[in-house]
Amino acid sequence: EKRHCSSKAKPFTCTLMPGDGIGKEISDSVVDIFKAADVPVKWELHNIGTDYVTPGSKDLISQEALDSILSNGVGLKGPFATPIGGGHRSLNLTLRKVLQLYSNVRPCKSIEGYPTRYKGVNLVTVRENTEGEYSGLEHEVYPGVVENLKVITRDASMRVSEFAFKYAQENKRKRVTCVHKANIMKMSDGLFLECTRLVAKKYPDLKYDEMTIDNASLQLVQDPTVMDVMVMPNLYGDIISDLCAGLIGGLGLTPSGNIGRDCAVFESVHGTAPDIAGKNLANPTALLLSAVMMLRHVGLRSHAETIENAIFEVIRSGKYRTGDLGGSAKTSEFTAAVCKNLD
Amino acid sequence: TYVQTPGDGSMRTVTMLPGDGIGPELCESVRRVFSAAGVPIKWEVLKSKECITKEGTPSEKMLESLRRNKIGLKGVFLTKHGPEGPRSINVQLRQELELYAFLTRSFNVPGHKTRHDNVDITLIRENTEGEYSGMEHEVVPGVVESLKMISRNRCESIAEYAFEYATLNGRKKVTAVHKANIMKKADGLFLDCVREVSEKYPRIHYEEVIVDNCCMQMVSNPQQFDVMVLPNLYGNIVGNISSALVGGPGLTPGANVGRDVAIFEQGARHVGEDIAGQDRVNPAAFLFSAVMMLRHMSLPAFADMIENAVLCTIEDRKHITADLGGKCSTTTFVTAVNDRIRECE
Ligand SMILES: Nc1ncnc2c1ncn2[C@@H]1O[C@H](COP(=O)(O)OP(=O)(O)OP(=O)(O)O)[C@@H](O)[C@H]1O
Ligand SMILES: Nc1ncnc2c1ncn2[C@@H]1O[C@H](COP(=O)(O)OP(=O)(O)OP(=O)(O)O)[C@@H](O)[C@H]1O
Ligand SMILES: [Mg+2]
Ligand SMILES: [Mg+2]
Repeated sequence: EKRHCSSKAKPFTCTLMPGDGIGKEISDSVVDIFKAADVPVKWELHNIGTDYVTPGSKDLISQEALDSILSNGVGLKGPFATPIGGGHRSLNLTLRKVLQLYSNVRPCKSIEGYPTRYKGVNLVTVRENTEGEYSGLEHEVYPGVVENLKVITRDASMRVSEFAFKYAQENKRKRVTCVHKANIMKMSDGLFLECTRLVAKKYPDLKYDEMTIDNASLQLVQDPTVMDVMVMPNLYGDIISDLCAGLIGGLGLTPSGNIGRDCAVFESVHGTAPDIAGKNLANPTALLLSAVMMLRHVGLRSHAETIENAIFEVIRSGKYRTGDLGGSAKTSEFTAAVCKNLD
Repeated sequence: TYVQTPGDGSMRTVTMLPGDGIGPELCESVRRVFSAAGVPIKWEVLKSKECITKEGTPSEKMLESLRRNKIGLKGVFLTKHGPEGPRSINVQLRQELELYAFLTRSFNVPGHKTRHDNVDITLIRENTEGEYSGMEHEVVPGVVESLKMISRNRCESIAEYAFEYATLNGRKKVTAVHKANIMKKADGLFLDCVREVSEKYPRIHYEEVIVDNCCMQMVSNPQQFDVMVLPNLYGNIVGNISSALVGGPGLTPGANVGRDVAIFEQGARHVGEDIAGQDRVNPAAFLFSAVMMLRHMSLPAFADMIENAVLCTIEDRKHITADLGGKCSTTTFVTAVNDRIRECE
């Protein structure tokens, strides 16, 4: 008798991109746990990452991989390494742009049994994912002066705002805060604000307010419980979501989903952790929780619940924590413990 | 120590710009404390209206006063969010006077416990360009471009300021904050400049951190940071985080530094309209900023006297404001500080 496979659960195919560094270890963990939980998933493996970039090539992500995500509608990815100050463009960026994954959602909730200095954190960052400061448009106007173009469009701002409010409603949240810097970037962030205001009117049951990015940072660190769902342009989202992750114990614990019209890619947002790669030391929780988000996205809610509970139970009991959480368990030991807790 | 010469005690004039929101109350607090301490300073006060022209630019009167006195104490001018209204007067003023560095200090104040101990962070923030360039336009309806400008000159100045500060204050480490993995050219130029300057200061340890990771580190392990050097917007964000770590904007002082003019204000520059006019604001940060100003003016005895009085008043916890968990008004806090000053005399 199978324990978890409800007869109604439709099998689905997911494009799996393990990525660089610790990517292989943490995706192995997901695959093992999904198998143990009888998740009706078929994985389609695609290796993407710096190691697979052919020098001089422009298409750093193969068309096959992109087609695979588009036809499956969902993908799961580990970290891609990005060189600093030069070299090829971030593969994460390319993926988001090419697939038009316009919203990035990152929930951050205090993990029971893993206390930090911040109690009762329960925040969601919704980040515009395709434009803003990440336009990639930069040039040297004259020697020693560089201009970087931030682009804000009405379309992208509307899409992400709509996603944020819909997410807030579906997940029974109470409030949406738009985080901006429209006192300084009056036109660009002003346009973003204008869009969230418009969308807010369609959701009278949700409380809507606005906060500058500096004030939001201040409030989040003083008392994170004052905030709920936050929606913002690209760079602010990058910064605030990492800040929120810091409040609950770091990027090893926070899931993330990139949502577009045609497909969604779930990912761990931590880096490649080259210092511990290949040593069976990485914490797979972030990728696992991202995979759990994916299960909810495809409608496998009970599988999602089972796996999520097992992860939290293992962390709470404290016996099989990885090094980043102050434990000494190997990745594989953590994985085995989660499998054992699936009931 | 400082050796006086006759004339050092003569009355000097400082420009006071109360600005909007909580600014007027903060300025009033400093005036009261300075007069209790007998500081030889005369204030040239300019109301908000006198500082802004009809066109929404800094008034000649304000600029002239600051250029003449070379020292200012300032609240925040309110700026509208969105396309209406003039560009921030605060930003225009910094650009006009080329106040290229903003210095913020965040340190655990004795007697005020927060989640984090042993925090002592000094932020050196680029103060005139980057995302604050003010160059924006609508390319086609529904598409707006905003220009972030980074120049070698300003980056070098800010880097030099950071390393000089570290050297002169016995600091060990400078950390540059950037996002050069995404803004490869703009933040790349910033990093290039800081790296070049860092080589001239072998005694100071140099590190780099990406801004998102930096914010995560700030809330988990802020003790690792010492002096930080940042482009404008990251400085705004990280500055508010470091302020929050030690108790908020009511405790962290700041200074705008230029070649000729220095303007002192709160380290977390907020207009604070939510609490303005209610006698609730914590003036400690603003008093600390004024203390920085006194040191800058070579009036160290007054600086020490006022700083001690403020620190003792906070440590004592009997007369503290709501942001620190107390019940006192701004006025009562200032009276308590002044009582300390009189006791010491
Ligand atoms: N899943 C994980 N489990 C355990 N430790 C992790 C994990 N992810 C990151 N770390 C640790 O966090 C620190 C930061 O590493 P991370 O890879 O995120 O950034 P990075 O070194 O800048 O890499 P990249 O350039 O790929 O972003 C490292 O010490 C790493 O070991
Ligand atoms: N000296 C102080 N004492 C107590 N609270 C302060 C002090 N200075 C600032 N604050 C608080 O800091 C918070 C942020 O200030 P403020 O609301 O002005 O920021 P903001 O939203 O960025 O402002 P704006 O967007 O209008 O520029 C407010 O809650 C304010 O009351
Ligand atoms: Mg990031
Ligand atoms: Mg403000």
